[in-house]
Amino acid sequence: MSGREAILGKLRAAASVSTDDGARREAVEKRLAKTPRGLIPARGQVEGKERIALFCRMAEAVTATVERVKTADDVPKSVTHYLRSKNLAPSVRMGDDRRLKRMDWASQKSLEVKRGRAEPEDEVGVSHAFAAVAETGTVALPSGKDNPTTVNFVPDHHIIVIDAKDIAGDLETVISRLRRKYGRGDMPRLLNLITGPSRSGDIEQTMLLGAHGPRALHLIVVDG
Amino acid sequence: MSERTGSAENFKPAKEEPLKEESTSPKRVGLFVTCLVDLFRPSVGFAAVKLLEEAGCTVEVPMAQTCCGQPAYNSGDREDAAAIARQTMEAFEEFDYVVAPSGSCAGMLKKHYPSLLKGTPFEARAEAFSGRVHELVSFLVDVLGVTGVPARHEGSVTYHDSCSGLRELGIEKQPRKLLSSVEGLELREMQNSDVCCGFGGTFCVKYPDISNKIVEEKTASIEKAGAATLLAGDLGCLMNMAGKLHRQGSSVEVRHVAEVLAGMTDKPAIGGGGR
Amino acid sequence: MEIQSPQFREKARKAIADEQLQRAMGKAKIGFVGKRKKAVDALPEFEDLRSSARAIKDHTLEHLDLYLEAYERKVIASGGQVHWAETAEDARQAVLGICRAAGARTVTKGKSMITEEIALNDFLEKEGVRPVETDLGEYIIQLRGEHPSHIIGPALHLNKEQVEEDFRRVHTELPAGRDLSQPESLLGEARHILRPQYFQADVGITGANFLVAETGTSIIVTNEGNGDLTQTLPRVHIVVASIEKVVPTLEDASQILRVLARSATGQDMSVYTTLSTGPRRPGDPDGPDEYHVILLDNGRSSMLGTEFHEMLRCIRCGACMNHCPVYHAVGGHAYGWVYPGPMGSVLTPSLVGVDKAGHLPNASTFCGRCESVCPMQIPLPRMMRHWREREFERGLNPATQRFGLGFWAFFARRPGLYRLATSMAIPALSGLAGRERWFRSLPFAGGWTRHRDLPAPESRTFMQQWRDREALKQRGKMA
Repeated sequence: MSGREAILGKLRAAASVSTDDGARREAVEKRLAKTPRGLIPARGQVEGKERIALFCRMAEAVTATVERVKTADDVPKSVTHYLRSKNLAPSVRMGDDRRLKRMDWASQKSLEVKRGRAEPEDEVGVSHAFAAVAETGTVALPSGKDNPTTVNFVPDHHIIVIDAKDIAGDLETVISRLRRKYGRGDMPRLLNLITGPSRSGDIEQTMLLGAHGPRALHLIVVDG
Repeated sequence: MSERTGSAENFKPAKEEPLKEESTSPKRVGLFVTCLVDLFRPSVGFAAVKLLEEAGCTVEVPMAQTCCGQPAYNSGDREDAAAIARQTMEAFEEFDYVVAPSGSCAGMLKKHYPSLLKGTPFEARAEAFSGRVHELVSFLVDVLGVTGVPARHEGSVTYHDSCSGLRELGIEKQPRKLLSSVEGLELREMQNSDVCCGFGGTFCVKYPDISNKIVEEKTASIEKAGAATLLAGDLGCLMNMAGKLHRQGSSVEVRHVAEVLAGMTDKPAIGGGGR
Repeated sequence: MEIQSPQFREKARKAIADEQLQRAMGKAKIGFVGKRKKAVDALPEFEDLRSSARAIKDHTLEHLDLYLEAYERKVIASGGQVHWAETAEDARQAVLGICRAAGARTVTKGKSMITEEIALNDFLEKEGVRPVETDLGEYIIQLRGEHPSHIIGPALHLNKEQVEEDFRRVHTELPAGRDLSQPESLLGEARHILRPQYFQADVGITGANFLVAETGTSIIVTNEGNGDLTQTLPRVHIVVASIEKVVPTLEDASQILRVLARSATGQDMSVYTTLSTGPRRPGDPDGPDEYHVILLDNGRSSMLGTEFHEMLRCIRCGACMNHCPVYHAVGGHAYGWVYPGPMGSVLTPSLVGVDKAGHLPNASTFCGRCESVCPMQIPLPRMMRHWREREFERGLNPATQRFGLGFWAFFARRPGLYRLATSMAIPALSGLAGRERWFRSLPFAGGWTRHRDLPAPESRTFMQQWRDREALKQRGKMA
């Protein structure tokens, strides 16, 4: 712990804390307790249909593909269509997420649904979003026992199901929802905020999709 | 101070149109000539005087000025820089405005004297002084409300935004606005007009190879714009670009923007004209 | 990494003569600048967000000790471990200790400048642990035995033909007929080689863009997804982060995220913003069993409260170098240490000493473009000037420079003498030029005339002419 004391000691010396440490502590505690929001751009501050449309537009702008369906029952069929259109084998990997489990996957003859963490040979992963952000076309995926992180990164194709009602205007709203679900000051082990498919510009600034994560990101928005 | 000469209100009759005159008592302007204009291109100083007088100012030139102090300030020599700052402030104490035909020197007087003299007995004076300092073209447009000049210049020009003027003082639209009023003049914007020319004061002699690489990029943009004349508001940058263009055998003429605005392009361009 | 900044001048000269480098830099400067501008123009609130982001960091730095303590408490509460490292060596030893305890033979790495700062790869290799860089750019330069030339685009200095050459040299199993002429095929090859590495590695090491005090979360912001595979697949995840990365809350991180990607790559959001809080939890199907954070000081605490304090706001977006004419001219390697460009010219002297890095703050035209695009409003030119002042105080600049400056200042501080000297010298110099009006060379002006001509003074000084005119006018009035 000597490194710890040395560093903190230097920081305190630099901040000349002797004067009013109480006030400093109070300022810190207050900020951590109140978690004030900063400036929220107007772009995402739209309601209803407009917000969903904005989300779809922003997601498409970062080369995700977006499909809208009426109900959750339509999702398995959409997934099958997607696999066919991409010439992929009829097999998907997903976690035990209840919302996904409730869907009638058996209706899709010959579609193999593998549960659990993703393996190197998996070509397509399916996840259900916790929330999404219209401002930037971002999808929020917390990890958990029913939501393996590997599904989001290992397969070449990533399909994310999003309930339209879960699309928020801004990231701050998603953060508030996370606090409600996981408790103040607590977080899921992992939260992935995903904005488009994997890409790299490391060779001559040429933007290429599918660097290490999924080459394609397909979003299915369930209007519900 | 005793060296300062009298005012120059009769230097040239002020034109009525299209200059705007709003104040009844003429504004007393002290011209900070800048060392480069003083030594290398006095024409720019006279162009500045003409523009200011046409806009209804009386112009005086205190003899106790030398340089704004940037060479010392930017070399880490605060002591000499501060001494020069105090000397300059003293020389210009009694004017309504202090105007310089250079964004870089005006920026030094306006933005850097206060921080240079912070914590000294001159701090408050430097702050007050700062409020009275302006670069020439922005002074004409932003302070005097000049919207056009009665000048003529046949031909195409391109304009380089000198860094200090652009980023320290926000000079970008003002010169273009006045240039657009010059009869016969066509402005052809170059690409990346806001990118440094590589001069950087002592930088250009401390790191000549890097400076050269940067000015080569700049002259390429200038040539590509295809204008006959290159203009800018800072003589340092102009001498750098002119020197490179001349070495490259370019036919582009180089002038300070004030020369064109004052209609004083009958004089040869920097270095006596192109090839 | 050994500091080579004292050789800046020679390295810069070589860089300017290096055609491959110049070709690569030509592409780089156009790309970054245009993309940033487009993204910034599309967000009307951008300028206000800069101020807001700056205020967050200012507040955090004022309370840095307290936020670090709060952060540490939350990391421990979520099952992670915090290791405080005062120096680079402390950090390296901490990493090695964790690797040893895990019996690690291979570690995968996400892109991280902080592990470059502590020269982790060379150290691990020497200790028998094989580091595998997984970011495409980092992977390429690791193959070449190089260091990053840009903090977000490590291989910015290379062209695709050079990358192809390296891949053919190292990937010996590659059939000669395989087409690797395009960036796409090069990426495919790197992906193919790196895939199994993620699954084989025992430890994954990442940096952090933010540490969140409120929740004990570390955040990485990436585009490729390599960082996520790096921190999810191995048994142990090590985060190496410097102390100024902490922000108070998730909202604060969100606020800064809005300026980060726009400033860096011109994206509204990077593809993957990943928030990690502790190790795998009961029932989790994947994720690391151990989660370690190494908090590195390495000289930062001594910047706090000095004239270099504001540098600690830096979020490593690279906008300053993307807009720097000097960086464009010489590339990142000329700077001779980990951090190039304007931010490096301020940070490097702070971390390694101005006696070694003195060239860096001097090699700037003070054009101010870096400060104008910095999302955290860091006054980079001002701080470079402060370094020049420190150098001057310590007499570190060359004697010729000091002499020249002293000579000039002697006159500049004596207006009467200055007038006298210039009124003699300038007409003489003007006369010397003859009809040509240009000097192609001139004693004491070699720095200028090596590459450009010097225009001769018009004739007499302005002051001489002005005095004559005024005198003439006075006489006219009296007559």
